Amino acid sequence: MRQKLFKMSVLVLAEHNNQNLLSSTLNVIEAASKIDNDIHLLICGSRVENVVGEGKNILALKKIITCDNENLENVIAEKISPIILSIAKNYTHILAPATTYGKNILPRVAALLDTSQISDVIGIEDHQTFIRPIYAGNAIAHVQSSQELNLITIRPTAFERCETMGGEAVVENIPYVNTPSLTRFINREVTQSDRPDLSNAKIVISGGRGLENADNFKLIYELADKLKAAVGASRAAVDSGYIGNEHQVGQTGKMVAPDLYIAIGISGAIQHLAGMKDSKVIVAINKDVEAPIFKIADYGLSGDLFQVIPELMSELDLLNKIES
Amino acid sequence: MKVLVAVKRVVDYKVQIRVKSDQSGVETQNVKMSVNPPDENAIEEAIKLKEQGIASETIAVSIGDDKSQDVLRTAMAMGLDRSILAKTDQLLEPLAVAKVLKSIVEKEKPDLVLLGKQAIDDDANQTGQLLSALLNWPQGCFISKLKIENKLLSISREIDEGIENLELNLPAILTCDLRLNTPRFASLPNIMKAKKKPLDIVDVGELGIDITPKIKTLKVTEPASRKAGMMVNDVKELIQKLKYEAKVI
Repeated sequence: MRQKLFKMSVLVLAEHNNQNLLSSTLNVIEAASKIDNDIHLLICGSRVENVVGEGKNILALKKIITCDNENLENVIAEKISPIILSIAKNYTHILAPATTYGKNILPRVAALLDTSQISDVIGIEDHQTFIRPIYAGNAIAHVQSSQELNLITIRPTAFERCETMGGEAVVENIPYVNTPSLTRFINREVTQSDRPDLSNAKIVISGGRGLENADNFKLIYELADKLKAAVGASRAAVDSGYIGNEHQVGQTGKMVAPDLYIAIGISGAIQHLAGMKDSKVIVAINKDVEAPIFKIADYGLSGDLFQVIPELMSELDLLNKIES
Repeated sequence: MKVLVAVKRVVDYKVQIRVKSDQSGVETQNVKMSVNPPDENAIEEAIKLKEQGIASETIAVSIGDDKSQDVLRTAMAMGLDRSILAKTDQLLEPLAVAKVLKSIVEKEKPDLVLLGKQAIDDDANQTGQLLSALLNWPQGCFISKLKIENKLLSISREIDEGIENLELNLPAILTCDLRLNTPRFASLPNIMKAKKKPLDIVDVGELGIDITPKIKTLKVTEPASRKAGMMVNDVKELIQKLKYEAKVI
């Protein structure tokens, strides 16, 4: 550990939906605590009382900074950046999750501060030395910053969630910075689902091209429901229209690291493996015994998924019956 | 309307990369190099805009050593009109790349800049956002749909929750997702024709931009490998293993 010669302070940019903090924020706060214990959370949004309430309970936080304005109801990078910029000089580190939220906003702030951002950090060695995957996780870079202010996006799955009880953070409101808007929010197309969220589910069932069509993909949903699992997909399955982009796991999709990842009809391109190979237990089901997915699977089953999935479901039913 | 497309030369996506034994980086010598995949989507979209009569001129820009001329020739073989190589032997951080692109934008004055959303080598996912901030232009990141009408951009961008639809004023920066379109292959006659298209070279050293790296790579290591697993014979065995050995169901 390099000696800290100056006072440090870490600002975490909260990802939330104006109602609740998203779990990615909790992972980033945990990462922040590896840098210093003076951690502040910035909540930009509209009518965020409940989000602020959740933030106040977080043990690791010293201060919650809020910018509550109706113009911030939907996330527009051009509108949020000036607010972050207005308080940036108070910090040595500004952290955001490496989700589409953080990836969209933080580089914009970095450019305005003439800072080189460090993306997708999975490990923190000291306050200036960070570990991040490159080449879809096929190599790991250990990088050191010489900057006084470091902007960092954190891969949520690489860190635990912080403690969400016992906090006593003070709350400070900061003014909205009005910026001429060249970008207008139209709407969001979000599929409502009762299934667990892909990014933090304990079990993920993913389907690939082997499912052959959108109709067959229902088999993945049915199996997922039996295991209370989230549903993921390979890029090939999303490209072919079997399922929406929000389910894509991989280098250019979501990073997941559940306790159990079951890949069905997915061959295992390196771009897909990049998104799931940190899962604790990996199961691969594929009719092609040569499929690369088997090389990283803890348990492989070679077989026709259209026979295997129904069998799996009846075996799971049997198991549940025995247990109840 | 003038469209600028940023193109990066990277190790081909099919290559299984190798970490150098001295941990100084990833081996890029004698390895197949190609256009960064999402940059191909940016090239394709620019060509489509020209075919639709929306773009009047399409320009490819790459930053790198002389070898980056390859990817510019590929971009022109696919259909872009001309190209610019900002030449440097140094490896640039995304912020320096954005500064070089900004200086080219100021000279060429495009109405739209298209980039891939992320380079598959450093996986930084920054350059488009940085460039739009430096230019103070609106940004549309990770787009999977684009429509231009009356100097107004309608985009769909892929976000973790699904799709977000935005409207942007021109000039603007867009970063392209792989699902935006299907990049065309360059035909042999077009590859020949591309050899005659203009390729200008500017020396990054003469642009007056500070490209000194702010981040030092201490070492590059192999990722932790997973220990070899096993094949199970049937579903019953799989369930037994998951229940009693891995204890995950």
